Amino acid sequence: MESINDVKWLHTEHMYAVAQKKWLYIYDSNGIELHCIRTFNDVLRMQFLPYHFLLATASATGFLQYLDVSVGKEVAAISTKTGRLDVMCQNPHNAVVHLGHPNGTVTLWSPNQKEALVKMLCHQGGVRSVAVDKTGTYMITSGMDKKMKVFDVRAFKPLRSYFLPAGASCLSLSQRGLLSAATGDIVQVYRDVWSTPVTKPYMAHRVRGLVWGLHFCPFEDVLGVGHGEGFTSMLVPGAGEPNFDGLDANPYRSAKQRQEWEVKALLEKIQPELITLDPTELAQVDRTTFEQRHRDRVEALGFDPLAKERFVPKFKKKGRSSAGGVERRKKQVAHEDQRVSSYFQGSRQRRPLR
Amino acid sequence: MKVKVLSRNPDDYVRETKHDIQRVPRNYDPSLHPFEVSREYTRALNATKLERVFAKPFLASLDGHRDGVNCLAKHTRSLSTLLSGSCDGEVKVWNLTKHECVRTLQAHGGFVRGMVVRYCGNSFFTIGDDKTIKQWKMEAPGYGEEEEPLNTILGKTVFTGLDHHQKSGVFATCGQQVDIWDEQRSTPIRSFTWGVDSFSSVRFNPVETELLGSCASDRSIVLYDMRESTPLKKVIMTMRTNTLCWNPMEAYCFTCANEDYNLYTYDMRHLERPIKVHMDHVSAVLDVDYSPTGQEFVSASFDKTIRIFSKDDGHSREVYHTKRMQHVICIKWSADNKYILSGSDEMNIRLWKANAAEKLGVLAPREREAVNYTQKLKEKFQHHPQIRRIARHRHLPKNIYHQKNELRIMKEARRRKEMNVRKHSKPGSVPVVSEKEKHVVSVVK
Repeated sequence: MESINDVKWLHTEHMYAVAQKKWLYIYDSNGIELHCIRTFNDVLRMQFLPYHFLLATASATGFLQYLDVSVGKEVAAISTKTGRLDVMCQNPHNAVVHLGHPNGTVTLWSPNQKEALVKMLCHQGGVRSVAVDKTGTYMITSGMDKKMKVFDVRAFKPLRSYFLPAGASCLSLSQRGLLSAATGDIVQVYRDVWSTPVTKPYMAHRVRGLVWGLHFCPFEDVLGVGHGEGFTSMLVPGAGEPNFDGLDANPYRSAKQRQEWEVKALLEKIQPELITLDPTELAQVDRTTFEQRHRDRVEALGFDPLAKERFVPKFKKKGRSSAGGVERRKKQVAHEDQRVSSYFQGSRQRRPLR
Repeated sequence: MKVKVLSRNPDDYVRETKHDIQRVPRNYDPSLHPFEVSREYTRALNATKLERVFAKPFLASLDGHRDGVNCLAKHTRSLSTLLSGSCDGEVKVWNLTKHECVRTLQAHGGFVRGMVVRYCGNSFFTIGDDKTIKQWKMEAPGYGEEEEPLNTILGKTVFTGLDHHQKSGVFATCGQQVDIWDEQRSTPIRSFTWGVDSFSSVRFNPVETELLGSCASDRSIVLYDMRESTPLKKVIMTMRTNTLCWNPMEAYCFTCANEDYNLYTYDMRHLERPIKVHMDHVSAVLDVDYSPTGQEFVSASFDKTIRIFSKDDGHSREVYHTKRMQHVICIKWSADNKYILSGSDEMNIRLWKANAAEKLGVLAPREREAVNYTQKLKEKFQHHPQIRRIARHRHLPKNIYHQKNELRIMKEARRRKEMNVRKHSKPGSVPVVSEKEKHVVSVVK
């Protein structure tokens, strides 16, 4: 029997990926082996990015590899050069992968870059577990220095720091913001870790063996605990999202609805090139390209087509154009000279007068 | 011990019988729907690609003329009737829903130079190379009766263009001068001349119904007011205009189709520079017609293509061409804004869709919503380079593609030369002339 390092469901309940001792296997829900992917070797942790159909795997050799499960191609293989990758989590808001390292740093990765997007020093010892909330605002990490820290992952600033007498080996965040931390054979659930300083846990439970993994069930108030003696499910009131959206993730969908959803999800599959720290970057105005093209146009034409002509006050008849009057009219538009927008600072040229 | 956890009753979420529709509860919380910008971008990209897949604008070809089609006339009251006049004097009335010819009559001895349907829709006028203006009934003659015009007017010179007033029984012809006729008289009630020997087309303004515009052979466009005795003003351009068309929504705008491969949109109050120069054809533009919304127009050119322009865009949004379609002589945009009719040199009239990827017919409400949604998405992301590249891509026949490149290189060379001349001469001695002003020679009142 082979040892299994990690298991992850793919986009439907019909397929799951298993990181076995040597290679990565994909099985059907009936247990039939569908694929054995040998290019993914020594995989320790996996994360599935649902909207990109990407399976991100972290290996013992320090490689972070992305597999597109809809097409079956390896999208990116990044050698992180940081040693054994044991701690992994994804940011559900922007699909960035967080890796925790034994030197206390947490690095953020996207498949488009060979280097880490961000490197944060979080703990004085090694990092044991990382979790990010669903809005992508807070990151909770626990380390060997028996501390649990809450960071603002958008500004990369520490917010809170808690001391746990035994340290937390696993962390899991629920949809409603409840944090579960496991130390030894005790599971503790905390509520509202980031807004108010927490003094005592919301709930605690002792299980029979050493806790290996924790995961909250998506739309239910249930926490699943995997430990040395087996599996335990804990009821945690207030953990699950009560109102699900029928078109996105619907626990009560029929087979027909699932088929329709799968087709639509595959059509809307986001390309891995769009994974960035800020997911709304596409909707922002691209000022740099506009300025570059404006500069090119000015060079090609020889003059600036967007420059306004100098204001020349009209000569009024019947003596109404005295020197004082002309100056007064010029003063009315004098402020326009100072209203130069920052876009055209370098390239403004006056159109030659006729 | 009682614990309050989430418990859902499946009866609230699953349908009762298999004849009901599925229940779909919604939650619009944005944290449940991440990546909205990326997903909408992907949807817009797919929608743009599908638009190109479904872009099949050609609908039908109306066959039957025995010589090239010279002019088309829209029926003012019926959407499914079209009249066409050919170069051998034949006039055919077509039923567009059945794609067949309903009536044929031999109107003139030579070319049918112009045709127009009266505003009431009961009769139509034709002019021909035999110097006559004939008025015909719209109904076909009964069994055993001959095709006879209601009225025939003999003129002294050849007539080249014809248009009818929108509201009263007055029509205008042009030939050697522009004449205004009353239907009851056999001589023109007014004639306008301005030292030009021939006019090629005349058009009434559909909004300001007393205004007229005509294209003269001395490269000018002359504007008239029917209530005055002399023409209003004229603008002389660098090359001759073939036809002009008034914007049915803007009272003072018209677009003219010029020999120098461009179309110019003018505001009649400021004729010294056109509002817009529309460049994309590679040969002389022969005819232009506006859409009834006034936002777009279609142009027919000697280079065997039809182009659709938006009224404030310098380049075309769509180009239609077929191997079998030779020089397109006349073009019309149907009054329901959906179809384009083109008459060409090789005796065929073709029916095209105005929106190439549009699904015709009645759409189900969900279909219509989906179409509106994808349309809005395409508009939102239209400036992104990948989407713009796909949306702009059109296949062109090889000779037109090469001709376009050649024209672009020539234009670049001229511009570079002008820039160099300006760079190496005294500043201010070579003024910058904008593209719009380059084509207007003068305005004469």
